This record gives sequence, structure tokens and C-alpha cells, in this order.
Amino acid sequence: MAGHFEPLPGGGAAVALDEVEVSILRSLAVQLLELIGPGETHGPESVDPLDRLFAEGPSEPPSDPALARLFPDAYGAPGTEQDQRERAYAAEFRRYTENDLRERKRQDALGVVRSLDALTVAGDDAAVLRLAPEDCRQWIGTLNDLRLTIAARLEIGDEDDSGQLYGLPDDDARKPMVMAYLWLGGLQETLVEALMA
Amino acid sequence: MAEPDVPWVTLVHNDPVNLMSYVTYVFQTYFGYSRDKAHRLMLDVHHKGRATVSSGSREEMERDVQAMHGYGLWATLSQDR
Repeated sequence: MAGHFEPLPGGGAAVALDEVEVSILRSLAVQLLELIGPGETHGPESVDPLDRLFAEGPSEPPSDPALARLFPDAYGAPGTEQDQRERAYAAEFRRYTENDLRERKRQDALGVVRSLDALTVAGDDAAVLRLAPEDCRQWIGTLNDLRLTIAARLEIGDEDDSGQLYGLPDDDARKPMVMAYLWLGGLQETLVEALMA
Repeated sequence: MAEPDVPWVTLVHNDPVNLMSYVTYVFQTYFGYSRDKAHRLMLDVHHKGRATVSSGSREEMERDVQAMHGYGLWATLSQDR
């Protein structure tokens, strides 16, 4: 079961993880949380949940390429210049949705961190992480967000790029990130299979 | 100018990161499409670069696009002309 999820009877999925795998996953999820952050708030900083609820989000896409991929424009075909109407609609959509979307992705990543923290790994043995169906939803979302983020960092723009990365020599600085990307892909693929089983 | 009678559509665009199985899973889970229909739409995204996954009012399509972004799929809405 190492490195892949298996379906659990009655719903949910399980995976065996050793200490190193738990620590890599936790570290990646925490980095994702830091990347997503609370978002840019407009108006005075407030901890009042009602104020936060009515706070408007940003109008412009994030400048960081990974964040721009996690929070894309809702109007305009990719790779083409938006017309005036598309730009206005995209800005309006972003103001009303991006904060919610950031919050959802943050909650998913937090769920992943919590389930890893609840796991006890003793010595060299792998521990079995059991996820309820709702936890699976959070995991599958976070695994996908992590892969999108790493792909943006590796500048994977098309299928040819990913093909080239798989053949990198061992001393290439990108190699560890590529290995993590492939490993996360295996976890996500088997989690999808487990949920569709 | 927007033409009110023309429906809007949600488009999902191809990207080299999202797994084919995951895209199919999202179409089944969110839209409630059958495995066959979800699989066919996923193949359209993969081979044609994009697929129309739903249609309706602008508000409905904004909801679908927001959900697709939640799943990490690259989606946009446009007026179907």
C-alpha cells in the first residue's frame, strides 16, 4: 500500500506513509497554506467575521504564476487578449469569489495537515492513514493544488515540458521537485481510483 | 453588448497537469454526469483543448466556473454565439 491509496470498505481510502513521507507532505501542505495566505484584504484589517464576510476581494489576477493558476480569470479564452467587457466581468467575478476560494483551499490544506498530525509513526514502520469520505475530498483538492503549484514552479506549460522533466539527470537542481511532483501524482491518481471504485 | 437570450456556457480548458482520471472524477462528482459522459467530456478537453461542460444563465455559469476553480480546473464562461 506504500505510495498509493486503497479504497476502504464503506467509503473513504487508506494509504501507508512512513516518517519521511509524512514530513514531506506536511511541509508541502504548510508551504501551500503560506502561498495562499489570507489574500489581499481591502479596507481596514479586521478580525470581525462579519467584516471579513463582506470584504471585497482583489480585481486583478495574482502576479505569482502559481497563484494565477490557482485563481484564474473567469472570462476570456486562455492565451488571448481579453476584450473590455471580459476584463470588467473577470474583475467583478474575482472581487466576489477569490476570497471564498482562497478560504476553501486553505481549509482543505489545513485538513491535510491535521490528519497528518493525528498520525503516529513509530520507528521504521509505516503508519496507515485512514481517511473518511469528507477527508478524501480535502486531500484530493490539496494534492491537486500542490501539483498545480509545483508545475508552475517547474514551468510545465505543455505535455512536452513534462516529458522532458522526467528525463532529467540526477544532479539537476529541479530533480527533487520533479520526484515530488510524480509522487503526488501517484497519490492523487490512486485516491481518485479509490473514490470511484 | 450582451444579448440576453443567448445562453452562456462553461468551458474547461486543457492543461498538462490535471490527471485525466481526476478531470473525469470532477465532472461526475460536481455535475452528476454519468461515467461515460464525464469520460467523453474529459477526452474533448484533452484532445480538442477545451470542452463545453454546462450551459445556462450567466449567474449559473459563474457558479459552475467558481466550482471548477475550486477543483483546480481551468474554466471560463462565455456567451455561446
